[in-house]
Amino acid sequence: MSETSRFCVGIDLGTTNCVMSFLDLSDDSGAVHGVFDVPQLTQPGNYESHNQLPSFLYQSHEAEVSAQELELPWGASSHSIAGYAARNMGAKTPLRLVSSAKSWLCHAGVDRRSNFLPLEAPDEVEKVSPIAATVAYLSHLKSAWDHAHPDVPLEQQDVVITVPASFDPAARDLTAEAAKSLNLQQLTLLEEPLAAVYSWVKNCDDQWRSQVSVGDIILVVDIGGGTTDLSLVAVTEEEGNLTLNRIAVGDHILLGGDNMDLALAYRVKAKLEQEGKSIQQWQIQALTHGCRDAKETLLADNDTHSVPIVVPSRGSKLLGSTLRTELTRDEVEQTLVDGFFPKVDIQEHPRQMPRGALTQMGLPYAQDAGVTRHLAAFLSRQAGANPDPLATSPNFIKPTAVLLNGGVLKAPKLIDRLLSVLNGWLNDAGEDSVTLLSGGDLDLGVAKGAAYYGYVRKGHGVRVRGGLASAYYVGIESSMPAVPGMPAPIQALCVAPFGMEEGTETVPSPRQFGLVVGEPVQFHFFGSTVRRDDEVGALLDSWADQELEELPFIQANLSLDGRSVGEVVPVQLCAKVTELGTLCLEAIACDNQQRWQVEFEVRD
Amino acid sequence: MDFNLVMPTTLDSLHLLLGVNCLVLLIFAIVLGFRKKAVSPEPVESPEPISEVEPDKKASKDSPTLVASKPDSAMQVLGLLQQEARFVDFLKEDLTGFSDQEIGAVARVVHEGGKKMLDQYFALEPVRSEEEESRVTLQPGFNSSENRITGNVVGNPPFNGVLVHRGWKVVKVDLPKIADGHDTRVIAPAEVEL
Repeated sequence: MSETSRFCVGIDLGTTNCVMSFLDLSDDSGAVHGVFDVPQLTQPGNYESHNQLPSFLYQSHEAEVSAQELELPWGASSHSIAGYAARNMGAKTPLRLVSSAKSWLCHAGVDRRSNFLPLEAPDEVEKVSPIAATVAYLSHLKSAWDHAHPDVPLEQQDVVITVPASFDPAARDLTAEAAKSLNLQQLTLLEEPLAAVYSWVKNCDDQWRSQVSVGDIILVVDIGGGTTDLSLVAVTEEEGNLTLNRIAVGDHILLGGDNMDLALAYRVKAKLEQEGKSIQQWQIQALTHGCRDAKETLLADNDTHSVPIVVPSRGSKLLGSTLRTELTRDEVEQTLVDGFFPKVDIQEHPRQMPRGALTQMGLPYAQDAGVTRHLAAFLSRQAGANPDPLATSPNFIKPTAVLLNGGVLKAPKLIDRLLSVLNGWLNDAGEDSVTLLSGGDLDLGVAKGAAYYGYVRKGHGVRVRGGLASAYYVGIESSMPAVPGMPAPIQALCVAPFGMEEGTETVPSPRQFGLVVGEPVQFHFFGSTVRRDDEVGALLDSWADQELEELPFIQANLSLDGRSVGEVVPVQLCAKVTELGTLCLEAIACDNQQRWQVEFEVRD
Repeated sequence: MDFNLVMPTTLDSLHLLLGVNCLVLLIFAIVLGFRKKAVSPEPVESPEPISEVEPDKKASKDSPTLVASKPDSAMQVLGLLQQEARFVDFLKEDLTGFSDQEIGAVARVVHEGGKKMLDQYFALEPVRSEEEESRVTLQPGFNSSENRITGNVVGNPPFNGVLVHRGWKVVKVDLPKIADGHDTRVIAPAEVEL
């Protein structure tokens, strides 16, 4: 981080919304901070500033809007529109709308640099890659910031961008690459749940120490618009001070608030159809909108039993063609509380685990909508994560506190259910109920926490120790006689151990590989969020189901650099975690210590 | 008189109709307020927001007291109301022959959207904080734009009277900024689905 930057700017690049927050580093108390209101088009020719920039890109048709009406306050005018206008226009013309670029960015089954979004759009619609869409959102935020703060341009500030804890090394690299393409060099990546923890620490104004104590395990539940992310943070003691350690992260679950609104909309649609009314696609949109608002009322602690949902006609005649129905408390509770937070046992896990590498196009949406089942699976998988040697967790790790994040968790009924299921598991195991930590900021916490992290990096406040949340392995085909119909068995060599901290580097793995100069060599690549004790060089012959997750192939490409094509160079692999927060894997020539970077993102 | 005094079938729609009527009046008050002076689309900052919304008194020294209105802001507000609340659609409809229940359903659209629009772009607060129907005293030099005295208006202040209506005033306006070439007259474009 630079000594000269005045602000630390936190950017929450969300699946559905981006938020930008800042903290004035020139003020030592860290008290000058806020959320930056981002100017954006809300419809052609109209600008407003909002604290969120919806993460949508609309590729408008040249005849659709004039260039003049697309001009942004900083002079740029592009047919690619970001923000509220994109979301609004895309609702009526979905084939031109790029959405969920972030989910594609961490989707291992596609080439994340190829231009394929919007998915299935006709050829004439300009396509962008997931990384280009990310650049577009960041670029909008950067221009907006620079326009508002010409004296302190973003390039010269410390920038912290948050990523889901479950992002694989390639997705982190791509996020960093997107930021660097905009010349944001003073960059750090931070995991979203950690940002939520920082925001909580900041909001509590150091009173956080009275909410937790040594031995506590904080479960961070982050349910955003499109994704659910679970992490565990342990409260430990170091030299008499309370410290926070992130000990485990969950899978990337594509399940969030948007699924909930849609579920309600389809429920209401079914009800209307039973009454003999036919519902068209455009009405679903309005229904979803109505359900989103109604849900908030009905999930609050009040006596409202039903909220009317009205879908106005599209034409100028409203009367006679406006649909009216009601959403009742029972329906919302059945659909959302029971549907998404079912009462399940700790042994009940999602029917299918999220898949690692998919080949078909399409996002790997969670097939099981039960958040509580995903939570049960996560806690069971992480049974051994507790750093306290005296803790007994034979079946599942037992959190003692819960920190919530994400707009969905504003609803008291959903919080009640989540806690009652969790407490049910704990009480059955003879443990106390969890404490719900107060002082988080559900919508803006991640961005605020990210900006605060910049302050922490300057040596203030408490730092949450993270490090790698996975151990990483490369696959080695064992030299055995080939058996027809059977793939050669693969061993996994640990190249980066669990918990490696930023700015550290492993010793080169003792195992040597022969790599051919000028010829790309691909490796199988695995990650494990549960094998905490494997050290560099550990060679696994076998592993339990789901203990290791296969990631996309990685590729070493040895350039010539004074060697001749076809020469076989013995190399060792060495991993380092950069200050930026990305993993970097290098092949080191055994003879002259020459280094080549191993690419996580294999280009076709 | 051929008034068909049918009570609304539900209390709900009666309230809604009343609510919408209030909204309509309020909106016109605001739109008219704008006509007095075109408010700049720049957000009006506290702590001295009132002066921005009030008719400009200082300017009247050299220029005529009546300031010609710039209708852009008024049309913009109308456009936002149409967009969020289907305001123009609703007022342009002939309600004859529709049941109160049907009208009530549409009133919800107007009310919900209108409220959203109002909350988003305007900060409003009552002129007086006292309870309505309570007795209030207006001291000498009271602000006569903010307080309208009616009824037995004789003598000199302090005036004692009953607060009939608390009044409303806009304390902050934050309308969308408009691009140069944007035609504000089009408060809702025709929509053609291909």
